Amino acid sequence: MRGARTRGAPITGTVRAVLWVAFGLFFLFPLYAMADFSTRDLIAGGRTLQAWTNLVTDDALYQAIVISLLLAAFTVAAMLVILVPTMIWVRLRAPWARGMVEFLCLLPLTIPALVIVVGLRNVYLWVTYFLGESALTLTFVYVVLVLPFAYRAIDASLSSIDMQTLAEAARSLGAGWATTILRVLVPNIWPGILSAAFISIAVVLGEYTIASLSGYQTLQVQIVAIGKSDGPTSVAASLAVLLFGFALLLVLSLVTRGRHAADETSTNPSGVERVVA
Amino acid sequence: MSSNVAGVAVHLTDLTRVYGQTKALDGLTLHIAPGELVALLGPSGCGKTTALRILAGLDEATSGTVSVGGRDISRVPANKRDMGMVFQAYSLFPHLTVLENVAFGLKMRGEGKGERTSRAIDMLDLVGLSAHAGKYAGELSGGQQQRVALARALAIQPRVLLLDEPLSALDAKVRVQLRDEIRRLQLEIGTTTLFVTHDQEEALAVADRVGVMNQGRLEQLAAPADLYANPATPFVADFVGLNNKVPAQVSGGQAQLLGTAVPTLQGSVTSGAGLAMVRPEAVMVTADPAGTSTVSSVAFLGPISRLYVAMPDGSVISAQTAGSAARAFSPGDPVTVGLEPGGVLVVSDGSPA
Repeated sequence: MRGARTRGAPITGTVRAVLWVAFGLFFLFPLYAMADFSTRDLIAGGRTLQAWTNLVTDDALYQAIVISLLLAAFTVAAMLVILVPTMIWVRLRAPWARGMVEFLCLLPLTIPALVIVVGLRNVYLWVTYFLGESALTLTFVYVVLVLPFAYRAIDASLSSIDMQTLAEAARSLGAGWATTILRVLVPNIWPGILSAAFISIAVVLGEYTIASLSGYQTLQVQIVAIGKSDGPTSVAASLAVLLFGFALLLVLSLVTRGRHAADETSTNPSGVERVVA
Repeated sequence: MSSNVAGVAVHLTDLTRVYGQTKALDGLTLHIAPGELVALLGPSGCGKTTALRILAGLDEATSGTVSVGGRDISRVPANKRDMGMVFQAYSLFPHLTVLENVAFGLKMRGEGKGERTSRAIDMLDLVGLSAHAGKYAGELSGGQQQRVALARALAIQPRVLLLDEPLSALDAKVRVQLRDEIRRLQLEIGTTTLFVTHDQEEALAVADRVGVMNQGRLEQLAAPADLYANPATPFVADFVGLNNKVPAQVSGGQAQLLGTAVPTLQGSVTSGAGLAMVRPEAVMVTADPAGTSTVSSVAFLGPISRLYVAMPDGSVISAQTAGSAARAFSPGDPVTVGLEPGGVLVVSDGSPA
């Protein structure tokens, strides 16, 4: 047994290293290619950062970046405000509604973007009538669009705590419902809320179909438009979005790993019963 | 914190709680005196937890009233009831330290930081855990977590302390320790307390009075010794460990069983045949080569042993003896079974009333 393990260890190590390199190349090579292409001077040859400076100097592109980031922020805010209290409430007070809420939240996954756009046309006539013609009105669609992903993330977190008991303990200690949710429940599902937020940002920053068909100039729509005339700038914008997404995921994993580390030290079996004299 | 001044009277009056088709509580009336510790004892589903949750404001009675200190609080929400509660499940807030957990209720009451910290430390001292103030719940053992939960519940100086099977999740040794500690603290602080448990030993050990519940009703409410000596119903008798049912003949307040005549308890049948509820420690087994009963098995339990004896009519009776005395018996031995003098409850056979 031990012999097998000592012989097995280097092999596992090698396999792991090979996999690391293979997957690293697979994922990094396109990024490298994009970085290479976006810094190439297609006319004079050599290197230039013109494409990257365009991200902020090209007014249309810059506007689109701002719009997309705002959309991401608004979508996340609206999603959290709607979803978190609803899911907590359903679990605590209306368990019979849980199946229905889950179904509603997962529904957007099954409907093609095209159908959503056509279906929303009438609704949006009213939205633009009241709120004006702004790309930011896409927030409403995007909130619906991110529901399935956000629901899953938050649901997993909620399942991992004994919400009923925590809420009852908080209430018996004098906390009202708002305090119970904000001070007791939310801090304990924080990893789920974070990942719901980051996944939503990723979805919003990657959404093209609905924005394009609705005629709004989000970053993705601009990237495609610019790609027709200025390849390097469009690739630079794509790469920037990808790197932004990576950075978010990195932050997410660091934050949640911090939690796990705390949990691991906390479950060490040093809890020998102390007799109280 | 002189003894028994902090307590208030609790009156649960005619509480009924219906869930769909089932009646979890069926007209429960329970008065708890100021500073008293009442244990509600019963099998799962008997309504004891429902009663406690209604008192806590976490559940609502279908009908009936709850009053504390003479005031009807049936419509007061849980967070305004001033009741300290310890749950069966570990309920410490995982994201807060032990100290922050204990101080939480004080924070909700708008106490200043200095005041709540010093009070929380006092409470942790009381349960012997001030050394762990900076730890998180996950770093404590189950017994320690329940102690902190107790400190947290007491920190708000509750009008009533509610303990919902606080010891069920703990292992046996810790359970006894914490049980005794709960009683010590309760006597010291004098808070009126409702303790819900399914463990009869636990209930008898800590309570001033024990209420045995069955199917949403209170079958008997009495001091532990009284309950043990004079069970009012077969259910209570069964629940407090009188698990032998022996055929008996009753006449004139006397029951004839196992060759002995003993007085019958109140509530027994007055004449004719019945079943006597006999606790194992009242059964005497003597080795007798001419005996008509035989030992069927012996279970050694440390300080005591339990003998199972097959009677001539085929029924099996359990008897409790000192651990060492049981060595004299082995399965198959012929024995005679007798009864220690003392009152027995005799119920009509076939249909336990």
